[in-house]
Amino acid sequence: MRLAILGAGDVGRSVADLAGEYGHEVVALADSTSAAVDPDGIPVEAALERKAGDEAIGPADPEDVLETEYDVLVEATPTTLDDAEPGFSHVRRALEADRHAVLANKGPVAERYEELRALEADSAGSIRFEATVGGAIPVLSTIEDCTPQSVTAVRGVLNGTANFILTRMAAEGLDYEHVLAEAQDLGVAEADPTFDVDGTDAALKFVILANVLADGGFSLADATVEGIQSIPGSALDLAAEDGRTIRLIGEATRDGVRVGPRLVPENGALAVTGTRNIVQIETRNAGSLHSSGRGAGGPETATAVLSDVGRLPPL
Amino acid sequence: MGDAPDSGEDEPDAETDGGVRAYTVRLELVDEPGELLRALAPIADNGGNLLSIHHQRGNITPRGHIPVEVDLECPPDRFDDIVDALRGAGVNVIQAGEEHYGEEVSVVLVGNLVETDLSNTLSRIEDEADAVVQDLSLAAPEGTDGISSARARLAIDSGRSEEALAAIRSIGSDKELTVVEPLLGGEA
Repeated sequence: MRLAILGAGDVGRSVADLAGEYGHEVVALADSTSAAVDPDGIPVEAALERKAGDEAIGPADPEDVLETEYDVLVEATPTTLDDAEPGFSHVRRALEADRHAVLANKGPVAERYEELRALEADSAGSIRFEATVGGAIPVLSTIEDCTPQSVTAVRGVLNGTANFILTRMAAEGLDYEHVLAEAQDLGVAEADPTFDVDGTDAALKFVILANVLADGGFSLADATVEGIQSIPGSALDLAAEDGRTIRLIGEATRDGVRVGPRLVPENGALAVTGTRNIVQIETRNAGSLHSSGRGAGGPETATAVLSDVGRLPPL
Repeated sequence: MGDAPDSGEDEPDAETDGGVRAYTVRLELVDEPGELLRALAPIADNGGNLLSIHHQRGNITPRGHIPVEVDLECPPDRFDDIVDALRGAGVNVIQAGEEHYGEEVSVVLVGNLVETDLSNTLSRIEDEADAVVQDLSLAAPEGTDGISSARARLAIDSGRSEEALAAIRSIGSDKELTVVEPLLGGEA
């Protein structure tokens, strides 16, 4: 497949880097200001070096990317809320041109799911978005294999930053502010960690899951979301006395989405430690399935994008 | 399958609008073969669901009978029928109706617990969530006028945890407390 990659952050760059290994060709790579475009394949290594050196990725304009000949648009621009632009329009243009689109950007699938599915219905192309939920963990493909109708609920930890902070608070008896500063020093938390600690990032993923289970109907506004900012170390201490701990847990069912700090058994499956993520898929006929792994990171998330590319039908 | 007439399967379940509650009944049985079975039949026949039976043959009451404690669940409006049926069958019921709570959940409350009147918070939980506070641990590292945490272990009638937690959530939002609930669904 010929890939056109929009977004040259950790995920976009890693997709470009690993595409060859998966047997695909990169015909375009763009960040918000410049692009490298070549219908015969761009020199990925040179483009990535220029990006690393803070130079322009290539001589082309990002607008040119969607004009070139490609099979799959990889939408890896930063997640935006509400109208989910410009990601949504990128995907629309790909589908209207009868191309496939694979998203790593959560915005369009969480906020405008029904519109995306309507565009897909009118297109020869299709959309896939495994990378939007749980990074490297195969969550959506597992649900697809079980069939969404037979999945009754999905629960779990889908934000590594919040999980790291709660793990450290519990282990060291430290307070939230202290551990957050440590997480920022380690690069686990971003300079502005708001969306990670207030539950928004996890909520977007569980909204996407609810959309898959119910075939649409949810956006972030429908989710009940609470963050971890108000959890003091003393709450974790009390939980531990009772053999429990606190994790930022999300739940998606056909009836709704809820994300918030919850008490879980300290040695239970959902109490993963550090930046690790886990999902528990509750099925009608097969009990609960658990998948755990790295929920973020460039190469990790890129593997989800490239697995999606591999699942697409030929155009 | 097929067209065979249903043998009453379409009758409404014993579990009617009020849901089920748990009860403990204490009986005294004569030490004779078949007595236990005879005592349990009226419970099942009247829509009760047996939860557990404590029957210690070595433990004899002053009257020479064997005490048996039976935990059961039934819709509240059936409980009197069950006790009547037991007595009607000649079973000696020595205590009935003492409520027995089926589920235990812990919640952690965070906020200005002292300033917002912790004992009022707990009594509201008992009233509005219909729960019994069995145990409370408080941690106030910043002193009583700062942010503190409390873990309460609550006893709740079986099947009513979701409702009880919803009530506790609304008490929490009234008092601007963070309520950390247990995750009930699934195999955590």
